[in-house]
Amino acid sequence: MGTRDCGHLSAMAAPAKGEAGETGRWRTMRPVVDHTKCTAAAADSLVCLRCWCYCPEAAIEKAVPIEIDLTYCKGCGICAEGCPSKAITMVPEVECEDGE
Amino acid sequence: MASRMAAAADTEVQIITGNQAMALAAKRCRVQVVAAYPITPQSQVTETLSEYVAAGELDAEYVNVESEHSALSVCIGASSVGARAFTATSANGLAYMCEPLHWAAGARLPIVLGCVNRAMAAPWSVLNDQQDSMSQRDAGWIQIFARNNQEIFDTAVQAFKIAQTVSVPVMVCYDGYLLSHTVMPVDVPSQEAVDTFLPPYTPHTILDPADPRNLNQVTLADPRENEKGVLCHGYMELRYLLEEALEQARDTIIAVDEEYAAAFGRSCGGMLWTYRSEDAEVLLVAAGSLASEASVAVDALRADGCKAGVIGVRAYRPFPKQELIEATAPAARVLVFDKSLSYGNEGPICGDVKAALYGSGSHPAVHGYIAGLGGRDVRAAELAEAVRRDAAKGAVAPTEWINCRI
Repeated sequence: MGTRDCGHLSAMAAPAKGEAGETGRWRTMRPVVDHTKCTAAAADSLVCLRCWCYCPEAAIEKAVPIEIDLTYCKGCGICAEGCPSKAITMVPEVECEDGE
Repeated sequence: MASRMAAAADTEVQIITGNQAMALAAKRCRVQVVAAYPITPQSQVTETLSEYVAAGELDAEYVNVESEHSALSVCIGASSVGARAFTATSANGLAYMCEPLHWAAGARLPIVLGCVNRAMAAPWSVLNDQQDSMSQRDAGWIQIFARNNQEIFDTAVQAFKIAQTVSVPVMVCYDGYLLSHTVMPVDVPSQEAVDTFLPPYTPHTILDPADPRNLNQVTLADPRENEKGVLCHGYMELRYLLEEALEQARDTIIAVDEEYAAAFGRSCGGMLWTYRSEDAEVLLVAAGSLASEASVAVDALRADGCKAGVIGVRAYRPFPKQELIEATAPAARVLVFDKSLSYGNEGPICGDVKAALYGSGSHPAVHGYIAGLGGRDVRAAELAEAVRRDAAKGAVAPTEWINCRI
């Protein structure tokens, strides 16, 4: 079966998880969270969450503790830059145990 | 003739420039968004449209922008949400639109662009040739040339219908100054008549907060299933569809021209037009006002006993391949006059004519001529003289420049 049945004339898609593929494979730097420094974790409440707010890939779960979906995180580092308590560190993938 | 008489009651002859004809056509087509940046010789188009909007004669958003890139980008946004969008430009302005030109075609948006043909810098020139639109021929747009002010109006109205029929943007090309600033009588149909001819535009795109979509999102090399498990096009399939639409546009361009003739009593010729070509032994091929000038040359040649004729290239993309094979079949020689150059090769129309005739059997010799670059005047007598000189050339001859005094 070909793609004509989708009926599209141009690229068009409902927003959905992983629409552009597993973008986590692009990552060279991984955000590693130290939850002992995280404001939300310390307050045990949905506060701060700048990382969630600024993540351009919506790869951070709005939860306590926060969760970063490494299947889609591209490793841009905006979360680490935006974190007021320096709870997120960008670590080279090659230095991660399960890194690629 | 009967249809012309019937239509005549519903029209008004105005004595206007080519630019005013283009603006008036956009108004008659009830464009809803206009975004353009001034550039000679196009400026009068957007000035006239801004006057219509300011006077309340045209219910459109007139968006002031800081560049041609933004002008076409505004049109892309407007067209995506279902507005009939129009812009116009020339030369370096068109070049500055290069990126969104490709985007508009890839997004399959029926934008109409008036390209008032002007020479590309450097060096600066505001005068006419056709290098600007020729340089954008592979952007995926339909390109149609008009040869006089009446055809500018008629082609612009047809362009909106063609564009929304095949979901491909259309560039209406006409020669700067020679047409843009020359005053001619133009038969202008009534608003009601154009409303009847041109149905409202319904977008194929969906932009609805209640049903959100990403448009023209990152598309990978291979087809992928969407969130509902439907296999969607990859990049290559979308390009195939665009090419398929350009090929289908041949029939649409012809059909829309026929519909226009039935409604208004005038045809622009479909894919191409001919003049005294039926028994012609030598044919002059050109686009735009240069092809009109070739008609004058042909009359002079015929008076001297030379069986000459003209093929005016109206649609340049899609290119009228089959029509050219048929129209050139009786001729021994074809002279192609290009007002632009594919540097390091030859005139773009000449190269395309040769490609169209390749494999079609015993086709005529095709000889390329470069003329009128940067506004250099091209006189009918020079074209006729080129035809006379051409008789001595063999089947294959190098490109010759007309009136280049180097």
